Amino acid sequence: MTDNIRHHLTDGLLMAYSAGSLPEAFNLTVAAHLSMCDSCRARLGAFDSVGGALLNGGERAEMSAGSMEAALAAARQRPRPAAAPRPRGTLPAPLIDYIGGNLDAVRWRPVGMGVRQAILPTDGDATARLLHIPAGAAVPDHGHRGTELTLVLQGAFADSTSRFAKGDIEIAGEDLNHTPIAETGDDCICLAATDAPLRFRGWIPRIAQPFLKI
Amino acid sequence: MLSTIDTARHDLASMTGPLAARRAMCGALFMQTSGKIPVPPNRQSENSRWTACITRIRDSSDEAAFAELFEHFAPRIKGYLMKSGAGATLAEECAQDVMATLWQKAHLFDPSRASAATWIFTIARNRRIDALRKSRRPEPEEVYWGPQESPDQADILAMEEAAVELTRAIAALPAKQKTLIEAAYFNDLSHSEIADQTGLPLGTIKSRIRLALDRLRHAMK
Repeated sequence: MTDNIRHHLTDGLLMAYSAGSLPEAFNLTVAAHLSMCDSCRARLGAFDSVGGALLNGGERAEMSAGSMEAALAAARQRPRPAAAPRPRGTLPAPLIDYIGGNLDAVRWRPVGMGVRQAILPTDGDATARLLHIPAGAAVPDHGHRGTELTLVLQGAFADSTSRFAKGDIEIAGEDLNHTPIAETGDDCICLAATDAPLRFRGWIPRIAQPFLKI
Repeated sequence: MLSTIDTARHDLASMTGPLAARRAMCGALFMQTSGKIPVPPNRQSENSRWTACITRIRDSSDEAAFAELFEHFAPRIKGYLMKSGAGATLAEECAQDVMATLWQKAHLFDPSRASAATWIFTIARNRRIDALRKSRRPEPEEVYWGPQESPDQADILAMEEAAVELTRAIAALPAKQKTLIEAAYFNDLSHSEIADQTGLPLGTIKSRIRLALDRLRHAMK
């Protein structure tokens, strides 16, 4: 739990996460931020309450005869799950589920300029990837064809809009072109979700791009 | 799917302020209970009744309590799923499954964190994502509060009052705003898909939803 998070989820994202209309990769990124951010989690509670009130006041579609007995019979077959303690580690629990372990279990692939990535398995509507950016390195200027959410898991980066540190989420739309630069100190590790196919190879020019050692 | 995301950079942290961890879980923002008008006893007793039913299932596998909850919630879950695009047969199967999950997870319900209707909504929503979108919905990390204590009675009451207030505030929304909020929750539509369906400009939809949320916040203060 981090108290010094400065960049939070928008109402639009929280409402869509609560309503269940986000693609899986965005759900994962939102869930990872919520795991680190008390204030967004509290706001999510409010949006879930809206869903509860709408359900409670919503239209009925009558159930067929015997459906209650059938549900009860099914319920009685099921064991009551213990509140399973999830694996703890430096990463938020939802990410550990997707990686199948902590950072040491990530299967990184180099994508050039010292930057490494690992694509996480989600459904096809959007892509989630972990990015490892060496301290001081710049990710060359790139635009976005859709929406990109970037959650900082370790280290920090800055671009023309602001500085993003652990727990911060950057929400970039098609209008943003930016050159994120990882700060010196720790390497920067981020979770990035995009809803348009991102041509990562185009992102990183093949020609040598010197690291910005500050 | 692009415009599902409201890319406006609203930093709303300042609206919630620093929160003690426990209060944070009580769904702040809409749930500030200070200075609230007292809730009519009949409205509140409905919430208490559902909470009591879930407790009876947890403590004594009470089938009558299950039947009561089923009578009220199963047809509403089915209605919700059908609005989201499920056929009647699938919606009925899923509604049964949601109710069976309620039985199975009754011991995990914390009435100081969510009203019964809210908790049931989250189960139904997850079932919908699983059944209709065939995708996973990662959940945030559980917050551990130390040894399991029974939730504070005042917190439960505050949560129930807030749920009633919210229902009233939603009912009082202008029809245009209420329709859009319902579409966002029930029809599994992104804002741009709502725009396609209604012919309204995306900006109008976003501003109406924003107005609706502002009204709800104002009502819950």
